[in-house]
Amino acid sequence: MSTEAGTRTTTTTQPSGRVGDSPLRPDGTLKVTGEFAYASDLWHDDMVWGVTLRSPHPHARIRGIDIAEALTVPGVIAVLTADDVPGENAVGLEHADQPVLASEFVRYEGEPVALVAADHPETARRAAQRIHVEYEVLPAVTDPRRAMDDDAPAVHQPGNLVRHLTLRRGDPDATAPVVVSLDFEVGMQDQAFLGPESGLAVPAEDGGVDLYVATQWLHVDQRQMCLALGMPKELVRLHLAGVGGAFGGREDLSVHVHASMLALRTGRPVKMSYGREESFFGHVHRHPAWMTYEFGAERDGTLVYARARTVLDGGAYASSTAAVVGNAGTLGLGPYRIPNVAVDAYGVFTNNPPCGAMRGFGCVQAAYAHEALMDELAEAVGLDPVAIRQLNGMREGDTNITGQVIDSAAPVAELLQIVRDMPMPPPADTSDIRSRPGAVGNTTHGEGVVRGVGYAVTYKNVGFSEGFDDYSTARVRLEMTGGEAVATVHTAAAEVGQGLITVEQQICRTELGVERVVVHPKNTAVGSGGSTSASRQTYVTGGAVKAACEAVRAVVLERAALSLGRPANELRLDGGKIVGSSGEVLVGLGEVLGEDAVEETVEYRHRPTHAIDPETGQGDAHVQFAFSAHRAVVDVDVELGLVKVVALDTAQDVGKAINPDAVVGQIQGGSAQGMGLALMEEIVVTDGHVRNPSFTDYLIPTILDMPPMQVKVLEYADPHAPYGVRGVGEPPTISSGPAVAAAVRAAAGKPLRRVPIRPEHITGT
Amino acid sequence: MRITTTVNGAVHEVDDVWPGESLLYMLRERMGLPGSKNACEQGECGSCTVYLDGEPVCSCLVAAGQAIGREVTTVEGLATEGQLHPVQEAFLECGAVQCGFCTPGLLVAAHDLLARVPDPSDLEIREALAGNLCRCTGYEKILDAVRSAARRQAEA
Repeated sequence: MSTEAGTRTTTTTQPSGRVGDSPLRPDGTLKVTGEFAYASDLWHDDMVWGVTLRSPHPHARIRGIDIAEALTVPGVIAVLTADDVPGENAVGLEHADQPVLASEFVRYEGEPVALVAADHPETARRAAQRIHVEYEVLPAVTDPRRAMDDDAPAVHQPGNLVRHLTLRRGDPDATAPVVVSLDFEVGMQDQAFLGPESGLAVPAEDGGVDLYVATQWLHVDQRQMCLALGMPKELVRLHLAGVGGAFGGREDLSVHVHASMLALRTGRPVKMSYGREESFFGHVHRHPAWMTYEFGAERDGTLVYARARTVLDGGAYASSTAAVVGNAGTLGLGPYRIPNVAVDAYGVFTNNPPCGAMRGFGCVQAAYAHEALMDELAEAVGLDPVAIRQLNGMREGDTNITGQVIDSAAPVAELLQIVRDMPMPPPADTSDIRSRPGAVGNTTHGEGVVRGVGYAVTYKNVGFSEGFDDYSTARVRLEMTGGEAVATVHTAAAEVGQGLITVEQQICRTELGVERVVVHPKNTAVGSGGSTSASRQTYVTGGAVKAACEAVRAVVLERAALSLGRPANELRLDGGKIVGSSGEVLVGLGEVLGEDAVEETVEYRHRPTHAIDPETGQGDAHVQFAFSAHRAVVDVDVELGLVKVVALDTAQDVGKAINPDAVVGQIQGGSAQGMGLALMEEIVVTDGHVRNPSFTDYLIPTILDMPPMQVKVLEYADPHAPYGVRGVGEPPTISSGPAVAAAVRAAAGKPLRRVPIRPEHITGT
Repeated sequence: MRITTTVNGAVHEVDDVWPGESLLYMLRERMGLPGSKNACEQGECGSCTVYLDGEPVCSCLVAAGQAIGREVTTVEGLATEGQLHPVQEAFLECGAVQCGFCTPGLLVAAHDLLARVPDPSDLEIREALAGNLCRCTGYEKILDAVRSAARRQAEA
């Protein structure tokens, strides 16, 4: 193996497929044979291993670091501390507020303090334990609800407020005849991607470094690395290695600067790969949330007003907290028409683990509160959960709570009707032990099993919001190779498992009429592809690939028009040939191209978004909205508090399914992650310490936990988006969990105002 | 230490193995077989599942030295003469692979299930694969793949 294997070119075109088909993923064969090179699989001649020494304290002053003993360990090649950071000792996704290596303070348990390179990973780990760090332990802020108190210790100067979003619309003091309210709490969820943070940094002869790494956005990594390494971007080259899932957890840097520092210092290729425990400390998590919500409604259930106060624990560094607050505020009341609104959303610093991006991004937390409250309102006015949502659900042309007009499909009522009308699962079958709540734990014979049904609906922004310049770059080349027309598509947009490379091929085939499409390895040799997050890549990078193809096609058809003596607008590309308006073959592509390659590079931008008003929160903050609804059916053993999800059915509008099979895969996987937060997933943090950094103690759904899912995909094209697409990845993670929670509430007959719901919450013991 | 073991049908001698190394580490870092994956390295996720003398094991929990004189089969050994095994074909064609990090372990576990139970019920599939975590798919297409692989094997 070599480093090149990590970004191996994918050329498979069997079977072919265009937009709307479901061709197989081009990396699939390598993935089922074990040959696909993930970041943790990389290997290089003369390679050494890097490890990170991390803080054991949530908050402490560093009095001194003594590396002398570690350096004496046989096999150790380098030990580095903050003093060795070549450039600015500060990185961060939105604000450069986090040291590459802590110098004066550590602000969370697990903060990187020192690095070791050695010839064996175990040698490096043992040497790291011989680095002597003298800490002066400081008081820690660990309750985010107290972080804004005047007497709270400041995690950063000038204080612990990251962002306060204020949103006011209509009459914020409106009154109504029916009032319901609740407090809701959401625990800290982990992305729990299976491929650990890994990378291989290779020092180059020009003094630069080539980093092969698993990430979600090569160019935002590069920008931070250049500052930290004190090097121009020409010398900091990133290459996407195989990515084993992401879900937001790879938006912030992990091994990037550390491995590069060790490589540049030692002159040797350096591999870093976290174990699972370190991974829990090595990336941000989903913000835990504390929410107080109130709805006022007419007696028929029509919403009159909503008020919400949300506190999100951002942990020790800013990461993307400000943007998560943006979503929790602007989208925090769900897909409903509400004329009078007062929302205050806060993101705060604490000495807890840093929190940032995870699939659903601020909408997941809010949905638990607004959906639980919607069920309360339904009961208060005597409607069922579907009817109350259909009554208040957004429709196309409505205005949302920031004053933005929903200018394409908003099928809230239809999505709910679809999931309501789906066939129900058969009654509880407890004859086979494996089908009971508690499954093979053999804890019950089903005497206390009660069935419950719950509904939830959501909408989520697609792409980056609030005025961010959100673009993608694509380079497409068309040429003859071995007598066959071949398109090559080069973007830096990260494939993390979702299937973007398949979509890139499909778009090229559709636009250029060729069968064979090579996906160039993803790297920083082409312009930014933007982030693989916010459900945006099929839309934005897909849009860039489409636009680059159109530019290539225009050049080719213009040439053909000249030689054929016919206007270019009467010509098309199909099957590697130039064809006329009625499909007649006029000339082969080879005769038009000859030895030439036609290559075009295009930046694509979606419609601009705008900052919201700082006092009222009003503005066209988002470019697109994606809607989904779930119905969950659960069997709950109310005596033991055990839950079995029997069905988790969903309907979602995807605008246009570029690859229908992959769309369903996203919806199923996203639903599973949402269910996980409802029932089992929580990083337990006590006094700033993570108590369960392992898959033994942090539980994610297994195949025994997941029910069959009925999935209905709607395709109401967004006229502003390429092919009419709507982002797919996140909505299922948002509406699934609240539906499960509602179903458990219905079965257990308890309010259950916290997720994940634990057995003791159900039994009240 | 030197370890002599049979991997995917071929006898290998591996030198300089540190006694604390797992079978997984030896396969991945010393034998050029990184197909078995390192997702948790404590026996919870199943990504490192290999056959050891025909029994599926988490190779992260097996010391490299335990493989001395025994037969190991990894995901790299499932295909024969360049032909994918029906389980591999089914995972590929049913969309059971997204990021694919869990796939090698799931393939070995599913391969083992179908060798024991040619026509498993859904409950049998779920029980057999309960030790393999997948974070991308929600498992539906994995179930599809195992059902499809059973049909393919029956028809073969």
